[in-house]
Amino acid sequence: MSAGTAVLRAPGFAGAHTGMLTQVGYLARRSITRTVRQPILFVPSLVFPLFLLAVNASGLSAATSLPDFPTDSYLSFALGLTFMQGALFATMGAGQSIAGDIQHGFFNRLQLTPLRGQALIAGQLAGVMIQGLVQGVAYLVVALAFGAHFEAGPAGVLVLFALSALVGLAFGSLGLAIGLRTGNGESVQGVFPLMFVLLFLSSGALPRDLIAADWFQAVATINPVSYLIEGFRSLFITGWDGEALGLAFAVALGVLVFGMWAATSALSGRMERT
Amino acid sequence: MNPLQTRFARAARVIAWRQLHVMVSKPSLFLPSLIFPLFFFAAFAGGLSAITEAPGFDYPNYTTFQYVFVLMQSAVFGGVFTGFAIATDFEFGFARRMMLATRNRSALVAGYAITALARALLVWAVVTAVALATGAEITGSGVDLFGILVIAVLLNFAAVLFASGLAMRFRTLQAAPLIQLPAFLLIMTAPVDVPRELIEGWVATAADINPMTAMLEAGRNLIIGAPAETLLALGVVAGLIAVMVNWARTGLRRAEAAG
Repeated sequence: MSAGTAVLRAPGFAGAHTGMLTQVGYLARRSITRTVRQPILFVPSLVFPLFLLAVNASGLSAATSLPDFPTDSYLSFALGLTFMQGALFATMGAGQSIAGDIQHGFFNRLQLTPLRGQALIAGQLAGVMIQGLVQGVAYLVVALAFGAHFEAGPAGVLVLFALSALVGLAFGSLGLAIGLRTGNGESVQGVFPLMFVLLFLSSGALPRDLIAADWFQAVATINPVSYLIEGFRSLFITGWDGEALGLAFAVALGVLVFGMWAATSALSGRMERT
Repeated sequence: MNPLQTRFARAARVIAWRQLHVMVSKPSLFLPSLIFPLFFFAAFAGGLSAITEAPGFDYPNYTTFQYVFVLMQSAVFGGVFTGFAIATDFEFGFARRMMLATRNRSALVAGYAITALARALLVWAVVTAVALATGAEITGSGVDLFGILVIAVLLNFAAVLFASGLAMRFRTLQAAPLIQLPAFLLIMTAPVDVPRELIEGWVATAADINPMTAMLEAGRNLIIGAPAETLLALGVVAGLIAVMVNWARTGLRRAEAAG
């Protein structure tokens, strides 16, 4: 075999004819391995929301004595915010990962292969989804250990994890779009405050009908993050609330569709540029 | 002033002037330190005002309650963000060049402290305007308000000493989380949203021993003209400064030793 025709192949790699699923599998494995090998990528998203949960559960426990507050456990109430925080961290993780790949040249090398764009996006998101699930399990275990209620029962746990994975996927696709668009880790970090604005200007701290400031209540009502938090929260404090869960899944799907569109168009743009 | 003092003042002024110039010419570096307090003020004062209905909450105005918190928070973050600037200056060699040009290197820390104060004063001005426009009530006397200002300025000084001590030890912006995290912990485990009496669990214990608590409580009482433990707050912040002066001094020695 001449030097010109020599091709290095990974085990099981079948060149240009490799199926979409195989390509996704390679990239998903890489994404997951990278997440597992670099604790700095997932430890903050695990620890920081739990720390805020611990602070809020003690610091704001007086809120449960407000008239019409839906539960006597602020810990259970605040968990919706915790799950949402985890998802927003996943956004940054996905964005940082792809931006790192671009900055370090891995993305350019990938473009020399017959890899499909959709496989790149799906593969990158696999790591985010796994991260979302692991976070969900950790948040639930810690919360239950510290006395949180989970009104929806065992079947609700499956719905909780499904919603957690979907929200992680949805916000991960947004992070991917930002990372692909900017190609720069610092720019991805720059979006973080905006994510915090979405998180704090929501019904995360109090139910919407108990927010006294009219402007804040209006902002929380049009903020899609409120509905995601309320979906998570309903499983803890209400049980099976079809409206809250339906809205949460609908919003998560909406964000996912938008995120995938944004990521796909950003990928096309970047492939044309490089 | 003798020649040594003149040189010290000149070096501090050069550092401060440069940092202030950077702040004005690159707003993207300054804006986060302005936007974050405003955002926290909006999120807490707007989103949590119903908490005043909780039994035992006896503070007259929740916007004022949160305004004092944001003032103290800005004092701390003015120091923290200046710590980032110090780390950056070391990482890219500017601070090392300044160390070669300055006999008394404490002037560098003094210059950065002036920057931190200027940064905090600017944020306080904006936050105060927003707080007054959104319903904060200031009923304390001029002396009371001066007391709050003194506490906040001293807290800002303690924060910049802490941040500079860390920045000069690591001399890279990668130390930013290490600078930010203790400040964040200090702030979040203070009585942020409700008075200390209404906090339960481990945060109640943490708030009891948190030095920020004395400053927040004194500030919240002074601003409404209520009796306040101002001397306690001043004593606590003076103690913090005493510890942090030593921390910053040893950090400077490490940076000098590193060359």
